Amino acid sequence: MAEHLLEVRDLAVRFHTANGPVDAVKGISYHLSRGETLAVLGESGSGKSVSAAAIMNLLDMPPAEIRSGRILLAGRDLLEMSAEERRRINGKTIAMIFQDPLAHLNPVYPVGWQIAETMTAHGRPRAEADARALELVRRVGLPEPEAALKKYPHQFSGGQRQRLMIAMALALKPDILIADEPTTALDVTVQAEILKLLKELQAETGMGMLLITHDLGVVADVADRVVVMNRGEIVEEGFVSEVYAGPKHPYTRKLLDAAPGKGAMHEPIAAGEPLLKVRGVSKLYGTFTGLHEASFDLMAGETLAIVGESGSGKSTLAKVLMRLEEPNGGTAHYKGRDLLAMSPKELLGVRREIQMVFQDPTQSLNPRMSVFDLISEGWVIHPEILPKAKWRARVAELLTEVGLSPEHMRRYPHQFSGGQRQRIAIARALALEPDLIVCDEAVSALDVSVQAQVVALLDKLRREHGIAFIFIAHDLALVRDFADHVMVMKSGRIVEIGTVRQIFTSPREPYTRALLAAGLEPLPHGEAPSAPVLAPAAEHQVVNHLA
Amino acid sequence: MLRFARKRMLASLVSLVGLVILVFFLVRLTGDPTDLYLPIDATDAMREQFRANNGLNDPLIVQFGRYVWDLLHLDFGDSIRRARPAIDVVLEAFVWTLQLAVITMSLVAVLAVVLGSLCAFWAGRLFDRAVTFVSLIGASAPDFWIAIVAIVLFSIHLGWLPTSGTGGWQFWILPVSVLFIRPFGLIVQVVRGSMIGALSSPYVKTARAKGVKNRPIIFVHTLRNAMLPVVTVMGDQAAALLNGAVVVETIFGFPGVGKLMIDAILQRDFNVILAAIMVTAFAIFLMNLLIDLAYLLLDPRIRA
Repeated sequence: MAEHLLEVRDLAVRFHTANGPVDAVKGISYHLSRGETLAVLGESGSGKSVSAAAIMNLLDMPPAEIRSGRILLAGRDLLEMSAEERRRINGKTIAMIFQDPLAHLNPVYPVGWQIAETMTAHGRPRAEADARALELVRRVGLPEPEAALKKYPHQFSGGQRQRLMIAMALALKPDILIADEPTTALDVTVQAEILKLLKELQAETGMGMLLITHDLGVVADVADRVVVMNRGEIVEEGFVSEVYAGPKHPYTRKLLDAAPGKGAMHEPIAAGEPLLKVRGVSKLYGTFTGLHEASFDLMAGETLAIVGESGSGKSTLAKVLMRLEEPNGGTAHYKGRDLLAMSPKELLGVRREIQMVFQDPTQSLNPRMSVFDLISEGWVIHPEILPKAKWRARVAELLTEVGLSPEHMRRYPHQFSGGQRQRIAIARALALEPDLIVCDEAVSALDVSVQAQVVALLDKLRREHGIAFIFIAHDLALVRDFADHVMVMKSGRIVEIGTVRQIFTSPREPYTRALLAAGLEPLPHGEAPSAPVLAPAAEHQVVNHLA
Repeated sequence: MLRFARKRMLASLVSLVGLVILVFFLVRLTGDPTDLYLPIDATDAMREQFRANNGLNDPLIVQFGRYVWDLLHLDFGDSIRRARPAIDVVLEAFVWTLQLAVITMSLVAVLAVVLGSLCAFWAGRLFDRAVTFVSLIGASAPDFWIAIVAIVLFSIHLGWLPTSGTGGWQFWILPVSVLFIRPFGLIVQVVRGSMIGALSSPYVKTARAKGVKNRPIIFVHTLRNAMLPVVTVMGDQAAALLNGAVVVETIFGFPGVGKLMIDAILQRDFNVILAAIMVTAFAIFLMNLLIDLAYLLLDPRIRA
């Protein structure tokens, strides 16, 4: 057998936790050749990042323990090398970039220094390192490279920071680049640019790339081969096109089926008097326009998806409608009464009818309250809904409705998974029998398969209870199967609004087309949206917005 | 930066004015200095004369007006007890306190940062446990008790060190050691906690992935980030020392501002009390400004 650039053989890693040992990786094997991209695909908890951490000697031992296996770099076992030998390999032969570049760059040192450090740590002279840093920053496409070197990480946008991480990783022209969720935290248009840059650089240097991701679209876009991981095991591997076209393992099939954007599109129901009628709503933060003259209608029982990248004003709109922020102008008539002009007392009554589900259920659920307390809390504030004697029975009913079970009511949020927590948040919203639920990125933090389940739950609630939804998302594909109308926002303005079919099949605005093009198709050779016009340098707007 | 300093200065000035007003009237509630300074059998005429000399006969509000007027001319009044300008008396004492504070805090800073960092690096090991044990005892033991025990042990039983007063280097050892213990115990724990957090931060992972050696990871990447909360606590502790370590100075007969203040209160030496309060308040203001500057130096995110 020919020698691979990198080969992981029968690697098993166990974590010793307070709740006993957890086998994060159970004897996995894969290999990477020069110039190729191997994707490790898996959901959270699948162990997909663990083998990369083992390759880079980044596992904290204890609690981690490498139970068995070998990691061969050009035939030599990394696990048998001394710490000093492995340090010399890190950054020089194998480099790594991470998901959250802001957290992974040191906040108190200039980025130029941090890029040069990759080289000085391996014995390159300071002057040479500085010169090369400038060259690298220019190559990864940052504006004003000389000035950029002296700036600090917080002075760049998310996409620019990832470019800096890439410059740092590629300083010594490594043979292997490990990219751990490199675009997960980025907007779709920025994600497309970063992936393009990585592919270009790979073509220039011939490095092998190990890409760790949960995103089917990213895999389809850049990887040659894929290994699919579930619960610490590799369940399937092969060329991307083959695996996607004919998945053999049930888990892979489930994962591919869960990818949004394949179901039938909704046809909006006939119009009547709108439930919510928004006209000319604006919000300024100092001189920054968070929201400019937003106007739209929402019918009872329909879903309006608001899609936009970070800083587009989509969350600002939600906050203003909920009166969590005071607007600078405009009206929002809900059942004929202006939400934005209500007194605090009137608002209290309406609050019951309009509920909100937030992005991060870990933060939006009070960790010291039991599920029963969380769900019944609304009835304490609005006692007219339900007499206290019936609370227990109703909480049980609600939990069943959102796909949990009644015995869960005594537990606390930390005892649940992310998807289950979001179900609790939805049950809490339902408890007040709302007519409108505003979901602010309610499924963005969840795994694809869980995402699909939660979206299906929301759609069921809409059908059965006639609840209207405002569904805020950055992912266009996600809203395709779920929304009746779609509103695209950018820089605080509504770019385009239309039925879901119109937005997806015949978008009018270039920006909508760019968004559609940048959103990666989860399936290769799927029906790709036409006219891939990319918004020029969308990421270079420095992200000093407050949204 | 200058604008920032000026704004701080202004805010501090407001609280200082409030403090001066409060203290000016409160100390006059402690009684008439005449009772303390004149013999018991002094005649009323003598008392009258003494009050007139020290301006204590006028209505309180007039006394206050005169005091403020003099203050605006940088005249802090005279000490009744010492018959010298109060500010001179206070500044002399303050120099002693300042030396004590600087020596103590320098030792605390160096030792606490080094030992705390090592504790974090070896978290859970014997070294960490030993240092943590000792520092917790230090942080919780009352300093007057430590001071007295130290005098009994080192000065009386062993006879190595003087019991009190000032003079050569031997006189500094006990006060510095006793003052050292509490801030050291506290700051070691803060450094340790902060460093443990910083060592597990993502940017340390990046540095390790880049192949950076252990020593620069601890002392270049981590320490500077971990210092932010440490600087705050250090500032608090240093301010407490500048205020005059009243108990420790009194026990060791150390002529610092803390002891001076206690004496002045007991002697109803009003002008000295007020001057001492203003001098220490100003020192603490400077101290806080220094901490803010340290923050700016350490963290570029605040500079914007």
